Amino acid sequence: MMFRAFMDGPFGPSKWMTLFSDFSEIFLIGFFTTLKVASLGLCLALVLGIVFGVFSTSNSKILRTIARVYVEIWQNTPLVIQIFFLYNGLPRFGLVWSQFVIGVIGVGLYHGAYISEVVRTGIEAIPKGQYEAAASQGFTYLQTMRYIILPQSIKIILPPLTNQALNLVKNTSVLAMIAGGDLMYHADSWSTYKLVYGPTYIVTGMLYFVICYPLSKLAERLEKKSKEDAPAPVGSDDAGKGGAEA
Amino acid sequence: MIRVENVNKFFGDVHVLKDVNLTVEEGEKLVIIGPSGSGKSTLIRCMNYLEEPTSGKVYIDDVELTHKNKTEMARKCSSMVFQQFNLYPHMTVLGNLTLAPIKLQGVPKEKAIEDAYGYLERVGLRHKADAYPQNLSGGQQQRVAIARALATKQKIILFDEPTSALDPEMVQEVLDVMVELSKENITMICVTHEMGFARQVADRVIFMDGGTIIESGTPDHFFENPQNERTKSFLSKILR
Repeated sequence: MMFRAFMDGPFGPSKWMTLFSDFSEIFLIGFFTTLKVASLGLCLALVLGIVFGVFSTSNSKILRTIARVYVEIWQNTPLVIQIFFLYNGLPRFGLVWSQFVIGVIGVGLYHGAYISEVVRTGIEAIPKGQYEAAASQGFTYLQTMRYIILPQSIKIILPPLTNQALNLVKNTSVLAMIAGGDLMYHADSWSTYKLVYGPTYIVTGMLYFVICYPLSKLAERLEKKSKEDAPAPVGSDDAGKGGAEA
Repeated sequence: MIRVENVNKFFGDVHVLKDVNLTVEEGEKLVIIGPSGSGKSTLIRCMNYLEEPTSGKVYIDDVELTHKNKTEMARKCSSMVFQQFNLYPHMTVLGNLTLAPIKLQGVPKEKAIEDAYGYLERVGLRHKADAYPQNLSGGQQQRVAIARALATKQKIILFDEPTSALDPEMVQEVLDVMVELSKENITMICVTHEMGFARQVADRVIFMDGGTIIESGTPDHFFENPQNERTKSFLSKILR
């Protein structure tokens, strides 16, 4: 009795066998789509994050405002709604993108906002004396960022950045809601079709885990490392004085 | 060489520089002294536009410093040595010395490195070329900072209290380097509390208090025969 129940149950061997016979064509395709969306999305998010992170620390009020508006809107609305907007809203303005492109742009914009905040705090952690040294040598603002500030920020930025990458991978799963062809979508539609739910979601979860676990370990290591060898930047204790003090 | 004309500077409501006029000749060694809060650091920082004067003008070689040309002028004319050294901590000593020459002045890398070794030799730190700033003592860091200022080969070096953040036993090694440097035809403007250095090196000393230049003269005049009461009282406190 028990045996029959097990064999026919939601986790019975037949379900697993069905799953593995379709594994490569269903899961692997979805897995690689997810990987592609995630890596392209991450590239976009990094570019946006650096650009808007630098904007939000610039002297120009206009640039700071632009960065603020972007960050606040994208951070404070759900990713699902943003994706739905790209999928259902934009076509009304004549912009029709494939689900793949929507995935890349959607998670890219969403995490770009978060990364921009990460970059901003990284930049703000660098003492004012570094800017002054650079200015006294004649570096322009962008050169200062590129040669002096950002290379120092990167150590501070890297651990939270890796966390963002990890969240980004997981968040690509919202594409399933717009038939995005990603791992979650394939898992979902296949399981409904074959009525194999339990094993499907377990395996799907494991596939996300395979990507994310190394990233979280990396984040952990980077964080440890940055704590170990982060020397207080030179003169950090009292750099940047010289305001009213003369 | 440097001309400061009617410069005023406000930080909020605080009037830090009050109508300051000053001319510095080429090759002159000028030492600025005064109590803290007297505006001396602000004045020197106006000379490379790290601080923008609220009103008045600063000229270098008859070119007026503006918000627009300050980066270019800093590149061409002056370098600065800071109280807190402000070395670039993510670069080696050599990297600190060669960054500006390579990126800003178009010096070929090999040449920049060769030059850098020369400057390190002069500050006695050739053997530290591959060290990172955080592994150097304060005195060594400041000597590197001086070498970095030299590496861009500018005619003006501004020193903003270069020894004030140093442990007492390290002050001398930095002063020695500066004294050596003073034998060259570099215009040196130095805000400092080191009276011995002022005496030894300065062509002219100015005393500032409350945002104005109170007294100006040769070191001899200054230390032997100061005229102004405030100068006298300041010197009596500091010379003890």
